[in-house]
Amino acid sequence: MAAAAAVRWSMGLGLKVIPDCSLCPLSRSCVSSWMSLKRSVRYRTINRHLRTTIGLHHSEEGSSSAESPDDVVNVVYIDRSGQRVPVKAKVGDNVLYLAHRHGIELEGACEASLACSTCHVYVNSDHCDKLPEPTEQEDDMLDMAPMLQENSRLGCQITLTPELEGIELTLPKVTRNFYVDGHVPKPH
Amino acid sequence: SNVACIRSLYSAGVIGRGASSSPSPSKICVIGSGPAGFYTAQHLLKARQDIVVDIYERLPVPFGLVRFGVAPDHPEVKNVINTFTQTANHPRCHFYGNVNVGKDVSVSELQQAYHGVVLSYGAEANRSMGVQGEDLAGVYSAKDFVGWYNGLPSCRELTPDLSCDTAVILGQGNVALDVARVLLAPLSILKKTDITQPAVEALVHSQVRRVLIIGRRGPTQIACTIKELREMVNLPGTRPEMKAADFAEVSEALKDVPRPRKRLTELLLKTALEVPGEKEQERRNKATRTWGFRFYRSPIEVFADAEGKKISGIRLAVNKLEGSGEGAQAVLTGEVEEVSCGLVISSIGYKSLPIDPSVPFDPCKAIVPNTLGRVQQAKGLYCSGWLKTGPTGVIATTMNNSFDTARSVVEDLNSGTLDVSTEKPGSQSICALLEQRRVKPVSFSDWEKINTEETRRGEAVGKPREKLLSVEEMLRVARA
Repeated sequence: MAAAAAVRWSMGLGLKVIPDCSLCPLSRSCVSSWMSLKRSVRYRTINRHLRTTIGLHHSEEGSSSAESPDDVVNVVYIDRSGQRVPVKAKVGDNVLYLAHRHGIELEGACEASLACSTCHVYVNSDHCDKLPEPTEQEDDMLDMAPMLQENSRLGCQITLTPELEGIELTLPKVTRNFYVDGHVPKPH
Repeated sequence: SNVACIRSLYSAGVIGRGASSSPSPSKICVIGSGPAGFYTAQHLLKARQDIVVDIYERLPVPFGLVRFGVAPDHPEVKNVINTFTQTANHPRCHFYGNVNVGKDVSVSELQQAYHGVVLSYGAEANRSMGVQGEDLAGVYSAKDFVGWYNGLPSCRELTPDLSCDTAVILGQGNVALDVARVLLAPLSILKKTDITQPAVEALVHSQVRRVLIIGRRGPTQIACTIKELREMVNLPGTRPEMKAADFAEVSEALKDVPRPRKRLTELLLKTALEVPGEKEQERRNKATRTWGFRFYRSPIEVFADAEGKKISGIRLAVNKLEGSGEGAQAVLTGEVEEVSCGLVISSIGYKSLPIDPSVPFDPCKAIVPNTLGRVQQAKGLYCSGWLKTGPTGVIATTMNNSFDTARSVVEDLNSGTLDVSTEKPGSQSICALLEQRRVKPVSFSDWEKINTEETRRGEAVGKPREKLLSVEEMLRVARA
């Protein structure tokens, strides 16, 4: 995987080199766009800081800036604290990776391979009906998602289309209280 | 002499260039590098810029159950390693493999060196059945069996006897289904996974044709999740073999259950009772191996053949249910039955063990007693993952519970409950202790050497990875 390659460091002198966006999985907001990443990689190469492939998996995840206004899709994420985060996205963007690019705390443990439910979101009812029906595989994974609702979907399975203009995606408030309240997690 | 340690001192600014004038960092260590450890570390690093996280791991290789638990034919689940690797390579994070906390270094020594200690070492033992004959040859815990085919060094010598026709698995959770799948899956599938070579060779000669998966309660209490059940239903070369009587009244019970239980039960009913379509019937006719659930049965005794050495069967108590739904209780009817089998795998759950006498431990629940991840009556000590909640849940569950523990640590830092006014030496003093004790930690870049070697060996035989099987070999490659 490109992501695996992305994390190899040059270890000159045993010093860890600290690029600006080194917090990648940890502080997703650091990644502004593929272009700036490319620039920073080139810059760092000159400085013999060879974290060359850091941006690759982001490029696979779709670009972030819309060239034509027709391609723009306005998306609102509602994060776990209830804050609304409006995002200008593009037709074809994937909701999971779009979230990553904008610092929204949505995991994607299995990297969109339908093997986990860590990118679980709620879709507002107006737009929920406009999405293609979930596949059996997605439904199987949703069944393992904490706090499943009727409008639950996996972010990694939502690709933006013009019809989804204005879509609102709410991150489930899976907090400590959820477990304290006596919830029994699904067996492994 | 200790490269892993020296490197961390450089990057922590302790020695060399780049010493910063900012206040000294809050030093937290995490014990265990499975999903709980890595997710806790990830959240801590992200939440505050002044936190340094050191992860200690007993083995030379990281990732815990992602490497040694997740089934070899579930490579997608292992993608999470990419995120963990980015965390490990974070400038404020360091990995110290080959350090056995509780033996090489004590928890109280770690508490002296760090502002906070998070226990995330998981559940390494298995619950025992507590029945006669469970020590006979041919009876294995699922934990050991899974460890064997996944290359856990301590399970290397297991070499299970697969020369029998029928295998019985006790327990109906996802681990039980992983084991059933590995026993029955076509080798053409398994050979392309990172299953160990000795396991492949043993499975080539396996005579196991029938796997019975036994549970105390009924179909509507089954513990597996639907993905794993569907994999069994669709497993090439096999057909389901259920008892229709087990499913009586099940469709009645379906009415008011939550969606996951409903879909799971519907798939069970379809598999067990529905007349298959032509294509499916043809597939089933061609199958040479079978699998099936047996419900309402509890083990009483595993018994041996005439010579008394090898097992020949298992005696089961027949249960009935009292109550309904998730809380239904299995009650003995007094009836008993026997099933012939040459292999018994007990998959009734994992269990955490205490690590150090100084750490509170609840022997009944087999967890560290905690409030939101804060270990009770032990300031500066936290826990996450299965050690915190008990051994249940999928990766999303462990992720959320680990993030929660990290939030507790951050809250305590913010409120001053966790006192960071005194500078702590962190890995500096621990590395000195380890050097005295002749323990050489394995750094993350050492692990990457192991990773490269395993990937290289895998490529040669068409597998994603060929795991190194002993700690000695891991260390040899790490230090090459």
